[in-house]
Amino acid sequence: MSEVIVVTSGKGGVGKTTTSANVGTGLAMLGKKVILIDTDIGLRNLDVVMGLENRIVYNLVDVVEGNCRLKQALIKDKRYSNLYLLPSAQTRDKTAVNPEQMTKLVEYLREDYDYILLDCPAGIERGFQNAIAGADRALVVTTPEVSAIRDADRIIGLLESHGIVRIDLILNRIRMDMVKRGDMMSLDDVMDILAVHILGAVPDDENIVISTNQGEPLVGAESLAGQAYYNICKRIVGEQVPLLNLDTGYGIWTRLANLLKRA
Amino acid sequence: MGLFEMFRKKTSGTIAKDRLKLLLVSDRANCSPELMEMIKNDIIHAISKYMEIDAQGVEIQMTETDSENNNGKIPALYANIPILDMKNKGN
Repeated sequence: MSEVIVVTSGKGGVGKTTTSANVGTGLAMLGKKVILIDTDIGLRNLDVVMGLENRIVYNLVDVVEGNCRLKQALIKDKRYSNLYLLPSAQTRDKTAVNPEQMTKLVEYLREDYDYILLDCPAGIERGFQNAIAGADRALVVTTPEVSAIRDADRIIGLLESHGIVRIDLILNRIRMDMVKRGDMMSLDDVMDILAVHILGAVPDDENIVISTNQGEPLVGAESLAGQAYYNICKRIVGEQVPLLNLDTGYGIWTRLANLLKRA
Repeated sequence: MGLFEMFRKKTSGTIAKDRLKLLLVSDRANCSPELMEMIKNDIIHAISKYMEIDAQGVEIQMTETDSENNNGKIPALYANIPILDMKNKGN
């Protein structure tokens, strides 16, 4: 049984591409056959986050226009042989592909893959319509900010009106130190506002920047963000995993040490 | 609200949550600014028949309130209308 999942957010810069790369890699680590599709035509990025930018020959638009066979455009991941990337075109725009073509493409891919992950561009225009066209379920990425959550709410409404009922939220870049002093909305606050299922919370972790610099997703690694993404992947395949405790390093001793530093 | 909280400054996280709640109510109600302006003008027009109000100071916004039948939150229209003179202009 294959699943088509769109990773979307409305607002730009909240971590859609990072989430796509890590969730795709994590699902491959769990033994699933996965294809990542970058649907952000004109602003391709997923290849860079995956560290596969030097291997691109053909792209999504070439496949849709019939300039190459699908197999020729697919790039095998460096680490996992059951993970593939279909990169986006850099020199075209969103109108190079239409929702019908995308639906046809993902229907065709269903036969070969367990998970088809679509990295959606920011916005609610054509690129978004293309990305959600063939999707069964959606991962909505947001951050604990008023603007990002407002956009997430709008996106959830649009997904529902498009008939996508399985919608899960990923709260990205949460900072427990700020939540503790009341300067950031907590996971509970966000759950209270957006009546939607929470798939996981990912801490604001500098290891994400390091892993993006290196072009190697950190899912499954020792870091807190690596664990958070790995748990998210396990939940996607149906495992019951409790929410990760992001509140490490703020125990009584750390607090005491901080207090002494301030004094 | 406890006594302690009353003296404490509202944290920015709480401010964000409160702002967001109001924002989403008006977003979800799909009220365009034009429609809100039309409602506001009609309210000013209606109230002005009976009392003198400060038309410039009138503020309306979509918000939420607990429903009387305990069905949870329902959208509500909140209007703040400063009255200049209570004299009954109607008669």
